[in-house]
Amino acid sequence: MSITKYRTLKDVPKEEFLVAGTPLCAGCGALLVIRLFHKALGGNVVWVNAAGCVTLMATFPYTPLRSSWFYTAMSSAPAGAQGIRDALDILIKKGKLDPAENLKVVVITGDGAASDIGLQSASGAIHRGLDFFYLCVDNEAYGNTGFQASSLSPIGSGTATTKPTHLYPAGNVLPKKDLFEIWRSHRPPYVATISPSHVVDMLRKVEKALSFKGPKLFLALCPCPTGWGIEPSESVQLARLAVETGIWPLKEAVYGEVTHTHIPSKRRPVEDYLKVQRRFAHLFKPIKNEAVIAEIQKQVDEYWSKVER
Amino acid sequence: MHGRVSEKSDKNGEGDHMVLKMLTGSQAVAWAARLARAEYIPAYPITPQTEIIEILSEWVRKGEMEAIFVQMESEHSLLTAAGTAAATGARVFTATSSQGLLYGFEMLYSIAGWRAPLVLVNVARALAAPITLEPDHNDVLAARDSGFLQFHAESVQEALDFVLLAYRVAEDNRVLLPAIVNIDGFHLSFTRERVDLPEQSTVDEFLPEYKPVNPIRASEPVAKGIPVLIPPLYSFFKYQMHMASRNALNVFREAAKDFEKMFSRSYATVEEYMLDDADTVIVMSNSFAAVGKQAVNAMREEGRKVGLLRIRLFRPFPTDDIVKSLRGKKCVVVVDQNISIGKGGIICPEIAEALYHLEDRPKVILPVIAGLGGKSISLEEFRHAVRVAERLASLKAGPDGPLLLFREDEAMLVDSLLKIASGG
Repeated sequence: MSITKYRTLKDVPKEEFLVAGTPLCAGCGALLVIRLFHKALGGNVVWVNAAGCVTLMATFPYTPLRSSWFYTAMSSAPAGAQGIRDALDILIKKGKLDPAENLKVVVITGDGAASDIGLQSASGAIHRGLDFFYLCVDNEAYGNTGFQASSLSPIGSGTATTKPTHLYPAGNVLPKKDLFEIWRSHRPPYVATISPSHVVDMLRKVEKALSFKGPKLFLALCPCPTGWGIEPSESVQLARLAVETGIWPLKEAVYGEVTHTHIPSKRRPVEDYLKVQRRFAHLFKPIKNEAVIAEIQKQVDEYWSKVER
Repeated sequence: MHGRVSEKSDKNGEGDHMVLKMLTGSQAVAWAARLARAEYIPAYPITPQTEIIEILSEWVRKGEMEAIFVQMESEHSLLTAAGTAAATGARVFTATSSQGLLYGFEMLYSIAGWRAPLVLVNVARALAAPITLEPDHNDVLAARDSGFLQFHAESVQEALDFVLLAYRVAEDNRVLLPAIVNIDGFHLSFTRERVDLPEQSTVDEFLPEYKPVNPIRASEPVAKGIPVLIPPLYSFFKYQMHMASRNALNVFREAAKDFEKMFSRSYATVEEYMLDDADTVIVMSNSFAAVGKQAVNAMREEGRKVGLLRIRLFRPFPTDDIVKSLRGKKCVVVVDQNISIGKGGIICPEIAEALYHLEDRPKVILPVIAGLGGKSISLEEFRHAVRVAERLASLKAGPDGPLLLFREDEAMLVDSLLKIASGG
């Protein structure tokens, strides 16, 4: 990233593509990511959406976006992107459409659509080398339906379908799928993780991705006040904690080659991140579940031991 | 090799606007997509549809069609891409069958709701389970309520012509709905018949360039497919689709008039076969109607006043034309090549409803289930159905549930196979 126009927060573009007045929750991490992501992306965008919280951004007769929007279905937003991209390409090629009317095609889905029901569709689009962006806003559960577990819900989290009980004191017992690695295994030009707490890192990554033709895939950790049990004012702070504890590594992969864009010099204990969220409260009360907390810490340590070595 | 059709064929001596060819149903619809200048073809293989996409991919790869062919990873994705591409302004063609249509089923309703006109050929094949390859119409009729227009073809010529007509009607601003052209698997898809292949220039005249409404463009941002969370809005948009589909009846008639002028083939929403003086009318659709017509011929020779009414346009349902054809008849025998489990045939209740309020409605409307999973329908079976209907009429009685056409030799065959399966 030698040449970039983004050095400090002052470099965040002033132009707004997502304007005020959406029905999404106060403090929604996804909304913040979309707003910033769009600034780096610039204009001439069509968002292709799968069912999820952000589907409610545009409900008839309103849209908060200055760009285009296409809600498709829960499982096939990447295929929807394929149709739009291909149609624009053939119409421009045949001279039926002015190239100035061209658009960047951006898939926007939650983690459930990305990792569960829509994984096949995403894999297909990436495999075909579709020239598109994919922004997965990962709040680690099916937020729009009331926060049920997805395969991106972390181990130990309580969700509406993984409630902690005496039989399941840890809450969710399944590990979070490594979607970054699933995507990377297709060897697309660009894959990155981003966080709303690290804005310059995010903008630089979008800037870099813009130089590639083909799939450009972004996984954004998006704190969710209602699902995580945090105050709306704490969203960015939680996103930062996820990075500082090492739970959410900031990285990118260019044609499969991984680089960490931010290595926390001294990682904070995961407990600092867990104990402030209601979804992990059962790990601390009525008695502290040392085993599960230690397991989460161990997984983070193991991850970083491979990075730092 | 399948799909390789020489472009340089003999010209028909009688006219300079068409070429005669021997084509299968699959080849004919591929030719129709090519002649319609379809520019986007998302595809996914499934028997018995696959030949269509093999032909089209070859033409695109050879540069004979200026189009993008993309093999998707499922029918659900195929239909999604087809719909968004049509909404973006490309003329889209695709094809599937049976399980594939059901796999993508969710998107049928979405595409129709997006008002994205495209043409989908369904090569009919009965639905699992039990899984099979031969046709009936439970697949295409499952899409009955989706908003897709439905054209049901009997012959290879119709298969080709209906694709052209389907684009013309679907893309009309009074309609703007997608269309399915149904051809029966094997019986039509792999049957070779003589076809008048229209000249490109005539097709271009019949089918002008697709002009999309509110397409996705940089200069004019749009929000498509978005939720309407206020119930009256939902009712409003749904009923608009219904009215658009009803508009398609007259749009079809106009298009058919132009089509006849340019191609000398005439299509009404229904085909009447020996109906004028008929007492009993067999109602059918799709390729098995050809067998039904043979049965009518045979029964006519025996002195029975039997005719056949074939539904070409199933959605929108051509109620008026059906009423015109069937009012005053004594008996109607509706041969449903499908089964709504726990009810009977799907088409029969629609016919009955169309006729109910007429004073001169037929005395008997006999629901018949036949030809499921490609089971043949013999002359004797048609005769039997007609006899049952006429006897009910003479007894002034109504049918006691649907009549299943199933022969004794078939029952014996099934019996012997059941014995093998049970190890006996």
